[in-house]
Amino acid sequence: MYIAATRRADQAGGIASAKAPRRFARNVPANVLALGAVSLVTDISSEMVTAVLPTYFVLTLGLSPLQYGLLDGTYFGITAFVRLLGGQVADRTRRRKLVAGTGYGLSAVCKLGLPLAGSSITGLGLVLAADRTGKGLRTAPRDALITLSTPAPDLGRAFGVHRAMDTVGAFLGPLAAFAVLWATHDAYDAVFVVSFCVASFAVLLMALYVRDHHEPVGPRRESSLRAAFALLRLRPFRRTCMAATMLGLLTVGDTFVYLVLQHGFDIPLRYFPLLPLGTAGAYLLLAVPLGRLADRVGRFRVFLGGHLALLAAYAVAAAPDGDRTPGSLLLWTVLSAVLVLQGLFYAATDGVLMAAAGPLLPVHLRTSGLALLQTGQAGARLFSSVLFGAAWTLWGAGPALLVMGVGLAGALVVARWLLPSRSPLPEVTG
Amino acid sequence: MKRALGLLLGLLVLVGVAVGYSTFAAGREDDAQVRRRPLDLAAGGQLVFVDTARKGGHRTVAATAMDPAGATGPARTDSGLRCERFAVGAATGVCLQTRGGPLPGTDALIVDPAMNVRRRIELAGTPSRARVSASGRMVSWTVFVTGESYNKTGFSTWTGILDTRTDYTLINIEAIPLTIDGKRYRSADVNYWGVTFAADDNRFYATVSTKGRTYLVEGDYANWEAHTVRENLECPSLSPDGTRIAFKKRSGATTWRLHVLDLATMRETALAERESIDDQAAWLDDHTVMYGRGRDVYATPADGSGTPRLLVAKASSPTVLR
Repeated sequence: MYIAATRRADQAGGIASAKAPRRFARNVPANVLALGAVSLVTDISSEMVTAVLPTYFVLTLGLSPLQYGLLDGTYFGITAFVRLLGGQVADRTRRRKLVAGTGYGLSAVCKLGLPLAGSSITGLGLVLAADRTGKGLRTAPRDALITLSTPAPDLGRAFGVHRAMDTVGAFLGPLAAFAVLWATHDAYDAVFVVSFCVASFAVLLMALYVRDHHEPVGPRRESSLRAAFALLRLRPFRRTCMAATMLGLLTVGDTFVYLVLQHGFDIPLRYFPLLPLGTAGAYLLLAVPLGRLADRVGRFRVFLGGHLALLAAYAVAAAPDGDRTPGSLLLWTVLSAVLVLQGLFYAATDGVLMAAAGPLLPVHLRTSGLALLQTGQAGARLFSSVLFGAAWTLWGAGPALLVMGVGLAGALVVARWLLPSRSPLPEVTG
Repeated sequence: MKRALGLLLGLLVLVGVAVGYSTFAAGREDDAQVRRRPLDLAAGGQLVFVDTARKGGHRTVAATAMDPAGATGPARTDSGLRCERFAVGAATGVCLQTRGGPLPGTDALIVDPAMNVRRRIELAGTPSRARVSASGRMVSWTVFVTGESYNKTGFSTWTGILDTRTDYTLINIEAIPLTIDGKRYRSADVNYWGVTFAADDNRFYATVSTKGRTYLVEGDYANWEAHTVRENLECPSLSPDGTRIAFKKRSGATTWRLHVLDLATMRETALAERESIDDQAAWLDDHTVMYGRGRDVYATPADGSGTPRLLVAKASSPTVLR
């Protein structure tokens, strides 16, 4: 894929002697790189907190794991609503940067709210809800800005670069958190304050380096929540939403897959935290190549292909226990195959879907449309985690995963029929 | 140029705040001077617990003197050993200690009476329960793992048993052949937690959950089998005379009430504690149960009479050494 990248740059009259590291960012608009940097820094901040939150809640505050789980799972309704509303405000005022920046800022302030809330469950719930609201608020306008800053044929790669940078932050976050805990002898409030400073730096980066997109104001057009939902009347977009939601319903949360792996493969407990890192690593490395691939062979095709990778991951993870000697070469090969397949799935679906859906939406309603799509997907995933939890309890881990896999295979056939095989290249304007 | 200058200025201020606060937080620890003295786990007449009074989030094993009437003295001796859960039986202690670094998790430390670490077992997840048999021979612990990130649900426990006589260690007991209501039961979703040992160092009780239900199981270590005894009963704790089990019984989505089950009559009695308690209780003596409530340790009569009293403030994981 890099060979293709070089050739393309040569054709474009690019600097032939470009240094190797610049390949990654070549032809990627500065605004996308700036947004990527903002996401990278923000993810360091948020993953710092995520890494210590279970321990902080359960051990320092004495909440039970179940209470923590409830805190974690509720508030979806609020964030969904705010997400849609935020998208709509961003479209009406054409101030996507301001709306996204508000989301980043809100999440930054919430980091300080955690120690201030003490051990009040209501207080902590509110802080987490506000934090999640900030995340919901910023995602759609940010992705809309990426689509508006990039020529349509390069969208896949632009999103790939953005998501890869984002994942780098997710990698560094836990390390930063444990460095702070180590340096301060387990002062959790210090983790939150440092996380706040990191998040504030991201807001500053955003304010200084991200440019808003000011398209010429066309004739006055309706831009309301109703107009956002009316986007579903656009046939390709409606079908995209349907397919993404349906596939989301049959996607099993990562943690479940890691638990299945741990059980089936008898992984030493100490290495359990490495499993998510393996997936993230594969995602990080594959995001740009798959984004580029999507630009060339069709984004929906790659999106569906990503789900095939996930299907393969389930099949391997749920395979009945055979001769699995712990530590054997075969075992490690199979294990890394599952993690790489999962990373492949994220690389082929997360940014690629936004790159595919963006051009289907008129510019003046693009944020609303992306917000709608993301909300549908997030709701479906939440529902699927409840569903899968129930299936796990009822039938056990392996069979539950197989059932989800069969469902996913069926959904893929339907999705293939729903989705256009190639994204229409000419951008829908105005 | 202006932008770069603004960014640099902002960066300097933020780094200043981050470093300044961290330095303050790290230094704060030194203000809370505790008397670090070696504990003697072999000595009687003391209550050993995890001290949560220290600022900065450090929790360490401490002890306080206790008279035969069950009243504790005000002074506490801090061992300096960092633990989230701690339990002791005769000459053996078990400490669940969180581990930072790139591979965070929990270690189970086996300590001798002078609090020297004899063995370290590397686990994952968050510390939950720890218990040692009265003789000090059998050790058990539970850690749990939840989703690592927002919007990811999932809950799993890992319970291990260590026989200090042979040093044989089972990291996860979930493969133990299980009989539910007289029928051999097989399911991948079984989770065990909260082990308590009988005086013979062979029989034990624990909680098992499967398909959304929880049961009290009675296990046999030598024959390696377990069978359910009763439903809706979590975190059992066998009384010193072996006749009753203190446990928590689910009373709501995330609330539990403490009860005591009489093993001869199988009658259960609700204790006087009205607050929701999520802890594996311990026995102060044959008539009194103690447990973590909020961030303190309380005690209440085991027959359901009386009212709970504060035993040790800012403490958890109590064990009494007679």
